[in-house]
Amino acid sequence: MDLYEYQGKQYFARFGIPVSPGGVADTVDEAVERAEQAGYPVVVKAQVKVGGRGKAGGIKLANDADEVRRHAGAILGMDIRGHIVHRLWVEHASDIAKEYYASFTLDRTAKKHLGMLSAEGGVEIEEVAANNPEAIARLHIDPLRGLDEDTARRWVADARLDEEAQAPAAALLVSLYRCFVEGDCDLAEINPLVLTPDGRVHTLDAKVTLDDNAKFRHPEWEEYAATETDDPREKMAKERGLNYIGLSGDVGIIANGAGLAMSTLDVVTQVGGKAANFLDIGGGANADVMSAALEVINADPSVRAIFVNIFGGITRVDEVAKGVIEALGRVELRSPIVLRLDGTNAEEGRALLAPRLSDRLLAAPTMLEAARQVVALAAAGADASEERS
Amino acid sequence: MSIFVDETTTVVVQGISPTSQGLYHGLRNRAYGTKVVAGTNPKRGGEEIEGIPVFGSVKEAVEATGATASFISVPPPHAAAAIIEAAEAGISFVVCITEGIPAQDEARAYNRLVETFPGTRLLGPNCPGIISPGKCNIGITAGDIALPGGPVGIVSRSGTLTYQALHELSQQGVGQTTCVGIGGDPVPGTNFIDCLAAFQADPDTKAVMMIGEIGGSEEERAAQYIAEHLTKPVVSYIAGVTAPPGRKMGHAGAIISGSQGTAQAKMEALSAAGAVVAQNPTEAGVRMVEIVKELG
Repeated sequence: MDLYEYQGKQYFARFGIPVSPGGVADTVDEAVERAEQAGYPVVVKAQVKVGGRGKAGGIKLANDADEVRRHAGAILGMDIRGHIVHRLWVEHASDIAKEYYASFTLDRTAKKHLGMLSAEGGVEIEEVAANNPEAIARLHIDPLRGLDEDTARRWVADARLDEEAQAPAAALLVSLYRCFVEGDCDLAEINPLVLTPDGRVHTLDAKVTLDDNAKFRHPEWEEYAATETDDPREKMAKERGLNYIGLSGDVGIIANGAGLAMSTLDVVTQVGGKAANFLDIGGGANADVMSAALEVINADPSVRAIFVNIFGGITRVDEVAKGVIEALGRVELRSPIVLRLDGTNAEEGRALLAPRLSDRLLAAPTMLEAARQVVALAAAGADASEERS
Repeated sequence: MSIFVDETTTVVVQGISPTSQGLYHGLRNRAYGTKVVAGTNPKRGGEEIEGIPVFGSVKEAVEATGATASFISVPPPHAAAAIIEAAEAGISFVVCITEGIPAQDEARAYNRLVETFPGTRLLGPNCPGIISPGKCNIGITAGDIALPGGPVGIVSRSGTLTYQALHELSQQGVGQTTCVGIGGDPVPGTNFIDCLAAFQADPDTKAVMMIGEIGGSEEERAAQYIAEHLTKPVVSYIAGVTAPPGRKMGHAGAIISGSQGTAQAKMEALSAAGAVVAQNPTEAGVRMVEIVKELG
């Protein structure tokens, strides 16, 4: 789960990482109120989970209430690369002497934590990485040992941070690492990390990705869950606990396992179709999960045919079959379904469904054959709706 | 022959109770012929469930039964501790199918194993397990989709695509020596290269099928290993060519992986390493059947 900048800063603050005083605003009046509290000059920042906000005009400096009004009015409702701005973060503007970069993530190849630190921070850090990789000081950290202050001191020196920044930066990095580990982050990134003319370092932007798997031990994450997506299909799926990503085609996809779901998308594309979504019902999916999945797909008006692709392992195919039957009783499906069922209890599952097969509920023997059938059905559905209109 | 497990492997199911997934799959594994010799449950030591003796800890189970492998399907909050408990008890092969273990727990458990328990191999977490057809099945693979006798070894990162690969070969009458699902978590205990090396060393395995997916750079590393060390033919398939761009992990992700991680980059790396690259699981099966026929 990615956090908004303001959530990331609030999360950092829990671990004692210095951030600028500021507040959240959903209206122009609120923005002025936050600015008065933070003290002018302030920065008005669009809260969207996409890069390039500054270039898009989503970050503006304001010296008084009139300027805050003008900028907040322009930024609220702005479309930044497909993300509509509903919320602002207004904070006291910092004087900046230097901009650095700092992050912690997991290096999947080394299987250790990886810290990256650079004296050349700012927006173009990826270019720095590509053109001048030695400008980034990389530190592998053994998850069993952690990061101590001495190591952090050597690291900030390796990264050639300015002399006066080194001690406070080392302390901040130890706190950021603690946030990364104890806060169960997949990513904790500060870009830029700034040095002020009076020798303080603090966070100017925060990028935090939380590890969804650790949700069970972080009740405080509850507040982040509400503010996730604009896609009504994704909202509906999320409410039902489904792993769904909306796409633009007309073939609804339900599969078990991310790999099989991805492969289903690939095969549908290969036979000339286009998927309306990615939906992984996961391991151990039962009748409730299956019927919830069908409900979500059925609510998508662009879907013209549904491909249910199940290979049972921990998922029992007879349970999936029961789910399909239950969903058929619960909701009136607008689109025909093509089923491909194999694996654990496949025989039992097929037997349950056999009496119900029709031209609205078809079974195919292989994944490729099922893909061909479902794409043909979607095309026929598109033709039929054109004739009607 | 097979890799990692065979007919002599004896299994303890960790976290067993009358309603647990562990029992359901443990019984299926036993019905397949796997030697399931014990279960553990701190609250049920001394009981017997479906003929499986239950012990309070893995240590007790190993002392009493000599179990060599363990099967973990306990919920995510307890899985990392279960892995370490198995290693401490001297288990040499741990299969953990648990999905949803926090990445920090997983990274600590992995490094702990490497540092303190080099004699323990972990398969998973978040994997379907391992099957040596006709000999041993630990995990959640439906045994009847596998065909004994070789000559193909399978290694896969995705659970359901592992079954798909088995199914494609078995349908064509081509058997498997061992099929290993390494799982898709960030820190897998066993990786592609571990399996490729074991298949290369196994005289009964004549060809290898490798199923990967987008993300990370393990497939690219495997490709390099194939180019340098494998004399046996490899057929590969990478899922996710048309997948929507996933979560981009800030700049850090881009810096680590560079252009690696896309399906295209992985397929190109495997092709350059001399592997056959199929466009879908069915084609992977067909190409492998051709190769096996040529091998005679």
